[in-house]
Amino acid sequence: MSDTAIIMEHVYKKFRKGEIYNSLRDLVPALTGKMFRQQELNESDKREFWALQDLSFEVKAGECFGVIGHNGAGKSTALKILSRIMKPTKGRMTVNGRLSALIEVSAGFHQDLTGRENIFLNGTILGMTKREIQSKLDQIIAFSGIEDFIDTPVKRYSSGMFARLGFSVAAHVDPDVLIVDEVLSVGDSAFQQKCIERMREVLRGGAAVLFVSHNLKVVAEFCDRCLLLEKGRTVKLGKPQEVISAYLQKPSKRQAADVNSGPISISSVRVRDTAGECMRFQPGQKAWIDVELIATARCSKVSITLYMLDEKFTHVFDTSTERLGHETADLEPGDVYSCTFELQLNLAEGTFYPAVVLYRYDIQTVYDRWEPAATIYVSSVGGVRGIAHCFPQICRQEIRRASEVLPVRS
Amino acid sequence: MREQLQELFKYRELLYTIAYRDIRVRYKQSVMGFLWALLMPILIVLSGIVVRYGYAIAAHEPLKAADIASVAVKSLPWAFLVSSIRFSSLSLISNKELVTKIYFPKEIFPIASMLASFFDLVVASGALIVFLLLLHLTWSPYLAWAPVLLLTLVLLVTGIGMIVAAASLYLRDVKFIVEVGLTFGIFFTPVFYEVGMFGDKKKWLLLNPISPILDGFSACIARHQSPDLGWFAYSLSCAILFLVGGYIFFKHLEPGFAESI
Repeated sequence: MSDTAIIMEHVYKKFRKGEIYNSLRDLVPALTGKMFRQQELNESDKREFWALQDLSFEVKAGECFGVIGHNGAGKSTALKILSRIMKPTKGRMTVNGRLSALIEVSAGFHQDLTGRENIFLNGTILGMTKREIQSKLDQIIAFSGIEDFIDTPVKRYSSGMFARLGFSVAAHVDPDVLIVDEVLSVGDSAFQQKCIERMREVLRGGAAVLFVSHNLKVVAEFCDRCLLLEKGRTVKLGKPQEVISAYLQKPSKRQAADVNSGPISISSVRVRDTAGECMRFQPGQKAWIDVELIATARCSKVSITLYMLDEKFTHVFDTSTERLGHETADLEPGDVYSCTFELQLNLAEGTFYPAVVLYRYDIQTVYDRWEPAATIYVSSVGGVRGIAHCFPQICRQEIRRASEVLPVRS
Repeated sequence: MREQLQELFKYRELLYTIAYRDIRVRYKQSVMGFLWALLMPILIVLSGIVVRYGYAIAAHEPLKAADIASVAVKSLPWAFLVSSIRFSSLSLISNKELVTKIYFPKEIFPIASMLASFFDLVVASGALIVFLLLLHLTWSPYLAWAPVLLLTLVLLVTGIGMIVAAASLYLRDVKFIVEVGLTFGIFFTPVFYEVGMFGDKKKWLLLNPISPILDGFSACIARHQSPDLGWFAYSLSCAILFLVGGYIFFKHLEPGFAESI
């Protein structure tokens, strides 16, 4: 086998926005109408947009390659082209060997079949032969940890069991190229740990891993090289640390492509101290974070969640208007909702990234997310390491000398 | 196209697995289990007997066992055709998750739907044999035609299945059109009646490529004759045309499935 696992050569992908005729009832009048009005054809060209433009990279066997970028940057499109679900409009893509994706690990499950039947179904969908599955069956079942329920229809499974079974099947495919997309953002920490373990194993086995994530910490830790996409174009390709810092460079200016098309979107996030807009803080200092959002459609029970990430993108702190006992907001189109959080930054020295999510709790819907929305630096005089600053002080110090303690024996 | 066929062959295990899943699921969900495979054909045979009884009264003739046998023999392939095309037309839409998430040759879905319906046909054929024996129908060497006719029907149905599957992914109302077509198709196809009843005008009826196949079944099983060779050749060429054309059509549209579904 050649040592290059993935080759992307000048790949372009075009999508069409707006109206698509998806029924004969609409299509027939549209076609007859078009015959008489030629100029409309030109207008439809404007509605096209490029999801990917001139994407070129190579991934070698045994290499972990990261892809990062804001929402709408073209990451998912790139993955769909890699996994051959979509065809590039222009350009060429070559994958050497068997490709397996840890994307939707339970996509092939059928609710009415038992766990065992679903292992065979999903296994063949992922490209394993029956014999291969048969030989790994015990391993797969043991890995999933649901031996007792393996002959129960999966519709009776809890969502955790469902995901575990799906993952164990996907994890037992021996790929030459493994694609991992955002699985680390779902599931509990044990599940995430298993995903990471699996990636390590695959890498050790000499396969290539293509990793797409918002979890910059894992990207920084794992990837040998990293690609930053923005509006379908390659912005930077190189060492993960450099690429990540490019990604974080201008966090307060939101990309047009990053602003979502949902009913409400975050328009600005500003961090200030008593004097005004500010980036540098001392531990324990008070900071105010102003969040402003605009509604484009009617939206009810909106709450704002504010959270903070550290340099390794670990979740440090998290709160929301609702959890702080404030009413959720009902917004009409055009309404501007602003809100200020006051925080006491009990943080140790380091760089932190506040981030904001607009969320409706009862229907568990995320309307908009901005991560990271700003950057703050906390500088300290020293003496404290770690993430939190607990303002340690020494109140008592005493040493009892062993030589001064008298023996009890007489 | 050769590469595409090789790929389909490579994924044959997946085809069997999906077909097996479709069969499993159909029999698992229903209380009736295997009776489900019999319900549709039994209903068609019963309505056919009612219609033929009406003809017999109008013609002042008794209803013959051979007529009932003919209706029964044609009802099963018709039921197979209806269920196969119906399931095929929904096969891509109802597997949206797999169409958009994982790569494999997607013609597996309509073909698997056809195989699952074929399984129903096999089950129902068992019952048909018992029924024909009860009617004291004897066998003849012409019975050897039955598998040939069945194969022709399978080719035709697979071709149509691929066309309607791909078309209903792009155009949401195709599945309703298919449904209407399948409901009224029975009037344009000799299931309840015989093409012979139409005298000189029967050639118009036989232009429907399904008609010569069904008439052939009736001829070789119920009437102990050879099917009309000319019309059989016509059906076979139509079947091959539909299969090849359907496959090319499907493969042409396949790259856009994930973004259009």
